[in-house]
Parts: sequence; structure tokens; C-alpha cells
Amino acid sequence: MASITMTKLGKIYPDGTRAVGDVDLEIVDGEFLVLVGPSGCGKSTILRMIAGLEEISEGEMYIGETLVNDVQPKDRDIAMVFQNYALYPHMTVYDNMAFGLKLRKMDKADIDRRVKEAAAVLEITEFLDRKPKALSGGQRQRVAMGRAIVREPKAFLMDEPLSNLDAKLRVQMRTELSELHHRLKTTTVYVTHDQIEAMTLGHRVAVLKPVTAARPDNLSQVASPGELYSNPVNMFVAGFIGSPAMNMVNATLEQDATGLYAKFAGLRLLVDQVAIDRHPGLVERLGEQLVLGIRPGNFEAEAITGPAPDRTITATVTVAEMLGYETFVHFELEQPPVVTPDIEELLADTGADVSSLGDTTKFTARVTSDVPVSLGQELTVTVDTTKLHFFDPATGLRVGTAV
Amino acid sequence: MTHNTPTTKAPSQDSAAPRNTPTEIISSVAILAAIVLILRASLSFLKNPDGPSNLFASFYDLVGAGGSAEAIRASGLSPITNKLIIAVVAIAVGIAGVWALFIAANRVIDLFSPRWAERLRPFLFVGPAVALLGFFLVYPAINTISTSITDDGGAIENYKFALTDPDMLVAFRNNILWLVLGTGGSVLIGLIIAQLVDRVKREALAKTFIFLPMAISMVGASVVWGFVYEWKPPGQPQIGVLNAGLDAVGRDPIAWLQTAPLNTLALIVIMVWLQTGFAMVILSAAIKGVPGEILEAARIDGANEFQIFRRVIVPSIKGSVITVATTIFVAILKVFDIVFVTTGGKFDTEVIANRMFAEMFKFRNFGRASALAVVLLVVVTPIMVLNVRNLRRQGIGA
Repeated sequence: MASITMTKLGKIYPDGTRAVGDVDLEIVDGEFLVLVGPSGCGKSTILRMIAGLEEISEGEMYIGETLVNDVQPKDRDIAMVFQNYALYPHMTVYDNMAFGLKLRKMDKADIDRRVKEAAAVLEITEFLDRKPKALSGGQRQRVAMGRAIVREPKAFLMDEPLSNLDAKLRVQMRTELSELHHRLKTTTVYVTHDQIEAMTLGHRVAVLKPVTAARPDNLSQVASPGELYSNPVNMFVAGFIGSPAMNMVNATLEQDATGLYAKFAGLRLLVDQVAIDRHPGLVERLGEQLVLGIRPGNFEAEAITGPAPDRTITATVTVAEMLGYETFVHFELEQPPVVTPDIEELLADTGADVSSLGDTTKFTARVTSDVPVSLGQELTVTVDTTKLHFFDPATGLRVGTAV
Repeated sequence: MTHNTPTTKAPSQDSAAPRNTPTEIISSVAILAAIVLILRASLSFLKNPDGPSNLFASFYDLVGAGGSAEAIRASGLSPITNKLIIAVVAIAVGIAGVWALFIAANRVIDLFSPRWAERLRPFLFVGPAVALLGFFLVYPAINTISTSITDDGGAIENYKFALTDPDMLVAFRNNILWLVLGTGGSVLIGLIIAQLVDRVKREALAKTFIFLPMAISMVGASVVWGFVYEWKPPGQPQIGVLNAGLDAVGRDPIAWLQTAPLNTLALIVIMVWLQTGFAMVILSAAIKGVPGEILEAARIDGANEFQIFRRVIVPSIKGSVITVATTIFVAILKVFDIVFVTTGGKFDTEVIANRMFAEMFKFRNFGRASALAVVLLVVVTPIMVLNVRNLRRQGIGA
């Protein structure tokens, strides 16, 4: 087990394209760190650079205390779990798991003990004599995991290991992975584009975004899942983490005797002191256009909360999605949508572009299903104004963050 | 032809039982009979060298130009015109005639109940191919076997010669050498080159050079290599590359093709040179088919490049290696040209096929030659079975 440290890490391909830039990251010993981001954000490249499968163009990479920039993959003592499992098709499950140990000329009895132990943990003992093609996707995934475990490496690298499994199995394997890490406590770097996997698995999550000419670095924020959710450092992280995504609207601040208000679409929301404290320097931005972010979960129907003057939004319901325990209410506000580079990148990840936004600002609110909501009705929702987020539209950064 | 089946077959499947009116039956059978008759007539027309001129003569008679008809009957057509007409008729009969025959026969089959029709139809479509194979393959094989039993000294004498004659024992020994070293050499070198060119920038160019000998006939290659191995007595200028080299470093020339067992090895080198390209191309394609992630996994598991090659790549392409090996094995088992052109089987370089040729066409020992052919056939058969099975497993053959 070991820590992994990257300083000013960068990757430029021979054709001049930059995939990774300026990544400073320290993964502490025993940590479960998740690299998450949309496709093309360089997360897999970083993982492959840790593994040694991708050459490091810039910066330094340490595993433990050793500089590994020029160390061959086979000498880095790390294990990797691939998206397609990458099991050796001609070997039995046993041999697949034992292969790395045999290459290290380990004692036969020790190999046998390690393989059998790992197989027991992963519940694949009965398949040890089978070839990979006789296994289901979930079983192959376990074998791939087993192949990594028996090595007892300094670190596990996992490249979207669950993305080829069906939804139900993915949830189950996610839980098992969590338990496994709790038991082994091996440093783990886990790449995924699925933010739920990122939030549930990671001790810390590194949110990455694609490198652009204007901003040749791709590390947006590295923090605990809770911190990412409640204090996203920029609009990209705010929009990427959380499902449904955070609502964002262009708003201006105004102050009067009763307090600080955010004005948008003909509405006024009283900004709670808690929110003001979370955004140092917010009061100095009066009259400026800012981007106001409200998470869908920070709404509740007024019928439940009771009257809350200056903290409500009333709008016509365009879509109501009943999930049983709660309802997603969609509505539109008469205000041009927020368009910034961060938003464009988030849209690109879902295959859409700015034109799909239309000329209104779309909102999603999560309300309890105790209140019946029907299509086309006027609904008033109360906003938890302690949890408002303010961003600078020019930089995309959270108000109060040092550039 | 086959793509016509669904349309012709359709009525028989969905129509009710009493569907064959007598007219239908009669017309179907009559059409088939007519087509058979037309084809027979065309065949006899093709057989007769005067066919085209007779055709023209009858045509002129028909339109009343009796003079022209007589002239053509007397002098015939020019040979070129004659051949062209025969060629056109042959193509027409070959394509349209066979097509019509299939359709008509298919219609006759449709007259049967659907159950019987579906049982009979395969025979209609496979039948011609089976008949051709039988005529050109099975019949000669049986004929050869019967010759080997009846001709010359009879079965016992012929097979005793084939299996125990001292010359034949040398031939067998050499064939085994050829098989082991030739197949092994071609596959091994092909495999190594295939793996190496995978890392070369100008891969296509490198592969082309290795593959080029495949385009050279065995006779051509033997002539070329004959020059490479050329020997002149010491003191004379050496025109063979190898001996010129030895000469240059002050060594005595070696009679490569006249010294046993060196000569057999020298001949095997020619075969390896010819077959390596084939092995390389197939194995290179197979190597490219090994998923990159598996190689990366092995790299991370701690394997060096050689270990990856030996323990991951080679086992992954085992099927292709077997296919290549058996194909080359069979080609080498039948080796004849190289020996015939270079040494003619002298100096202990005899191989079975060359001896078979000698017995057949030099010594006129048909029985002995046939016995040798049968021996070769018996040896090849299991390899072919293995090869076909392997291809089938890979989903290449059906």
C-alpha cells in the first residue's frame, strides 16, 4: 500500500492534442479516490498514466516515495481492473488470478492460498476451473477483481469497472466494492463517469472536465462527496454533481432594509444569512449579474412548509414525474437561460447544445409526493434559502472563491 | 440460382393440400423434360465440330437461301468463328441452361407434399456438386487404389515396395525431416516475424517483402535457390552466392546440394522461404485480433514483452497457429517440385512424391506409383480432418 502523488501532471499526444494538464493530486495511503467527469475529461488517461500504460508528458508521478515516470508498468506494483475485464481467455479463472503471482516466481503453495482466499471473499470458488467465457458479466467482474486482489499491490486502479454490468448488478457490486475496500484498505483510484458511483464510493472525489485551449487544466475540484454537493467550487462541478442537476438562473442582487434579495424572472428571493456567509464578498456584488444555483432537493411545496414570504416561486407545472416517495416537478421561468462555457461542456456531455435550452430557464424541483401535483396547475414552492449557490458568470467560479 | 428458391418454393408451403391440378403436374414435368432435351441437344451440338456450320446451313435452308446453305455445308465456317460460336453456346448452356434446369426441377419437387418436397430439395441443389466431386475426386481415388492392388506385382508387392524398399525408407526419412523442420521453421519464423512487424512503423512494407516469395512458383524458387547453392570445383570462380561468400573468406566451397544430409536441409530452407510469408500474414492478422486490454493487463500483472508473447499472445492465437501449421504440413507432405528441379531425388534427397512421379512416368510402374499415392493420401487425411475441424471451430469453414 502506498500513496500516489502527482505534480503538474500533463499528457500531450504526439499529434499535439492535450488530454491532461496541470493535475496536482495527492492520494493518501488507503484512500478511495474517484476520478469523475464527462467523456473526454482525461480521467482514464490519468489512470493509465498511474498504471504506466500511458507515457507521462509533463510533471511527476510518485507511487509511495518512488518517482515512477520512467518505471515500467510491471515494476510499479499496481493492479488494474479494466472496463472489459480483460481476462485471459485461454486461462481458467484460477490461472487468471494466479498469473501475476506466477510471473513473480512466488511459491506454489502461497499462490494457491492467496487465490483461494480471494476466491472465497469474492464468492467465485466454484468457478475456479472454468474459462472466462463460461462466466456471466458479474462473475467475470469478480474474477478481474480477484486478479487484482491476489497481487496485494500498492494500489488498485479501476477503469469504469461496473459500466458493463446491468443496473441491478451494478448497484450490488458497488456495495461489495465498498465493503471490499473497507476490508483491504488498499489505496484505490477509481474512474467513472457515473456521479452516483463517485459519490457513494469515494472518500474523496476529483471532478475533471475536458481540457480547453483557454483552460489547459482539467482538475475542477477534489473534495469529499458531501463538500462537492454542498459547496461546489464552480458551475461545472455544481452542474455535474447531483441528480437531477442543479437549477441555474441569471439573477441580480439587491439590498433593502429587510435584507439581501436575489432578483430573477420577476421574482425575489430573500438570501438567508447562512448563504451570505458561505459566499464571502457576496454583498459587494450588488446590482451585478450573477448565476444563482438552487438544487432540486432544496424546494418543498408551500402546502407542506406553510407560508414563507419572500422565499417562494410560483409557476406552471410543465411536467410532473411521480416516483412514489417524491415528485419531480418541472417548470419554466421567463428568463433567458444561463449560457457559460461550463454549461456548454455539461450539455456536450449529454449530447446536447445550447440551442436545446430554448429561451426560458427550466427548473426542476423535488417535492414530497404527499402534495398532489398535476400538469398545468399553478404550484407554489418554498426555497431553502440557506442553501443558495452564487457563481460568477464570467469565471464560472463560486462567489468568494479565490481565483 | 439459390436465391430463386424462396419465390418458387413459396406456393408449396402455404397452399392447401389439393393444389396439384393434373395440368400443373403435366406442365411441370413437361417443362423439365423439354429443358433436359434442349440441354442434351445443345451438348451434342457442342460435341460436333461441324455443329455451327450445320446450324447456319439449316437456318439458310429455313429462310429459303439454298445456295448459301450448300456453300456453308461444303466449306464450313472459319475456325475462329466456329470456336466463338461454340464458346457462346457453351456459356449460354452453362448458365441459362443450368439455371432453367434448376428452376424446372424445383417446380417438379414442389409437386410433392411439403414434407417430401423439403426432404428432396437439398438433393437437387447439392446433387450436381456431389456428382462433380464424385467424378473428379472419388472415382480417381478409387481407381488409384484399385491400380495399386492389381497392377505390377499386385497389392503385396507394391505396398511392400512402398513401405520397405531402402530407397523408400530414405524418402520417408526425408519426408519426416521436411515435415518437422519445414513446418516448424515456417510457423516459428512466421510467428516471430508477425510479432516483430507488429511494432514496425512501415509494417505493410516489411510484410510485403516477407510475403513476396509466396508469389513465386516452387519451380521458380528452386531455380533461384539452385543458383544460390551452385558449386564449382575449388579454384574456379564461384557463381553461387554461398560459395562465393566462402571463397571470399578463403574457405573451400561446399557442395550444398550434393552432400547428404546437408542437401535436404538446404532444400527445406527453400520451402521455409516460400511458406514463411503465408504463415506470417495469417498469424499477423491473428495477433492484431488479440484485444489490447489483455496485453495491458498482462503488462500490469508483471509480464515482460517475451512473457506476454509466449504466455498470452501465442495461446490466444493457438487456433490460427494450428490452421497455419496443418496447411503448411499438407503442402510439405506433397513436396515434389523443389526436389525434382534441384536434385531430382539424387544424393539421398528423395521424397515420396518425387519417387511417385518417377515410378509413374519414368519407370511406368503404375502399381507402385499408385501404392505411393495411397500412402500419401492415408497420411494426409487425418491432418485434413484436423484442419477442417479447426476451421469449423473458428467459424471460418461451414
